[in-house]
Amino acid sequence: MAKQMIEVNKLNKYFGDNHVLKDIDFHVAESEVVVLIGASGSGKSTMLRCLNFLEMKNSGEIFIKGNEVNPKKDNVNEVRQKVGMVFQHFNLFPHKTVLGNVMEAPTQVKGLSKSQAKKEGKELLEKVGLAEKANDYPSRLSGGQKQRVAIARALAMKPEIMLFDEPTSALDPELVGEVLQTMKDLAKEGMTMVVVTHEMGFAREVADRVVYMHEGKIVETGAPKDIFENPKEERTQAFLSSIL
Amino acid sequence: MYLQFISFWGGFWEALVNSRELFFEASQLTLALTAVSIFIAIFVGLFFALLKISNIRPLEWIANAYIYIVRGTPLIVQIFVFYYGLTNVWMISGFWSVSLGLAFHNGAYIAEIFRGSIQSIGKGQTEAGRSLGMSQALTMRRIILPQAFRRALPPLGNQFIIGLKDSSLAAFIGVSEIFAVATTQGANTFDYMTWLLVSAVYYLILVFLLTLVVSLIEKKMAVSGDE
Repeated sequence: MAKQMIEVNKLNKYFGDNHVLKDIDFHVAESEVVVLIGASGSGKSTMLRCLNFLEMKNSGEIFIKGNEVNPKKDNVNEVRQKVGMVFQHFNLFPHKTVLGNVMEAPTQVKGLSKSQAKKEGKELLEKVGLAEKANDYPSRLSGGQKQRVAIARALAMKPEIMLFDEPTSALDPELVGEVLQTMKDLAKEGMTMVVVTHEMGFAREVADRVVYMHEGKIVETGAPKDIFENPKEERTQAFLSSIL
Repeated sequence: MYLQFISFWGGFWEALVNSRELFFEASQLTLALTAVSIFIAIFVGLFFALLKISNIRPLEWIANAYIYIVRGTPLIVQIFVFYYGLTNVWMISGFWSVSLGLAFHNGAYIAEIFRGSIQSIGKGQTEAGRSLGMSQALTMRRIILPQAFRRALPPLGNQFIIGLKDSSLAAFIGVSEIFAVATTQGANTFDYMTWLLVSAVYYLILVFLLTLVVSLIEKKMAVSGDE
């Protein structure tokens, strides 16, 4: 069995009285691409955010690369360097140029020299097809370009796991493709990825495994082919027929 | 009536021109008071703004108490308390006790300005910084504060202008800034109206210059706008 990059046991999360994650067991192997699907409010974004401790679990265990992470004791900042995150609303730093966004964390967190960070930053922008925008400010970019910069920014920390929280949901339909293409390239390179998305085409084509969540529970998980063509659970069938 | 106006105008003009050296010197003092007190107030304000958003109850209470006291008492009382209080324990000039009094006063308003502008920066910015492995302090310094400072500039400029005009209260503890010189001249000539108007002209010019400086900084910093 391949090395487990993420392992979650009996994860519970509450927002006040609202029990949003119920005894979640979940794991992701190295180089695996796992897509989380489910209606909004099903807990998939919350679960993703628990994986890099933007939300704190109430109970359960989270292992990253085999080490249990306890946010109260361990240095979460170090864990996060291994776990990149891409947000629905990009969250680029508006006061920094595109290249500045990409260089920020490597220089400030890892202490990389400016020249080295610049070189690596330019390579990453090249990779996401935005080398010519290096000196522009984010406000001059389209949504799709912003999201590709956000991906490059996360990759600049050389993470071993990438989390995507509905990366195309805020985009105009014609801009979705370029972002998905960037993500596909990343998957091909063997990046371990957990993706929350409503793009079923992407899930079908790229995912190694699809996880369907409903009301804070994992209802069904399996290969995309099985989930989309042969869902076993009634709830999964109902969800898929409502969106496909 | 008309003749009266002409003669007053002539006298005012003469006073304005002849007293220029006296008022240039006083203007420098006003500017120094303003600059020193605002400079300190920015740090005081930032400090208390950070206390207020620290989510640590006792620190929030300290910040709230400070702001409550400053807002709830007259500036002139604060300046006198600083003057008599500080000169009792510490040999300090009138200039410095007014500067510190003004800084103490403006700091509270600037704290609220900074708090508002920091809180106006979306949560997503903090999350983006944190998700890259940046610590909370680093995210505050590198991501939030530069954006918050930009948003704070218009109300800060306003507070600077208030601070400049409030420096006139230094006259009451014998600092020879613009208003003090004007009242002295008024007392000497029994012509308060002329000299108060002369001082008003100087304040208008200084406020005009300060406004210009703030809008230049605003333009220089407005590179990108917000997402």
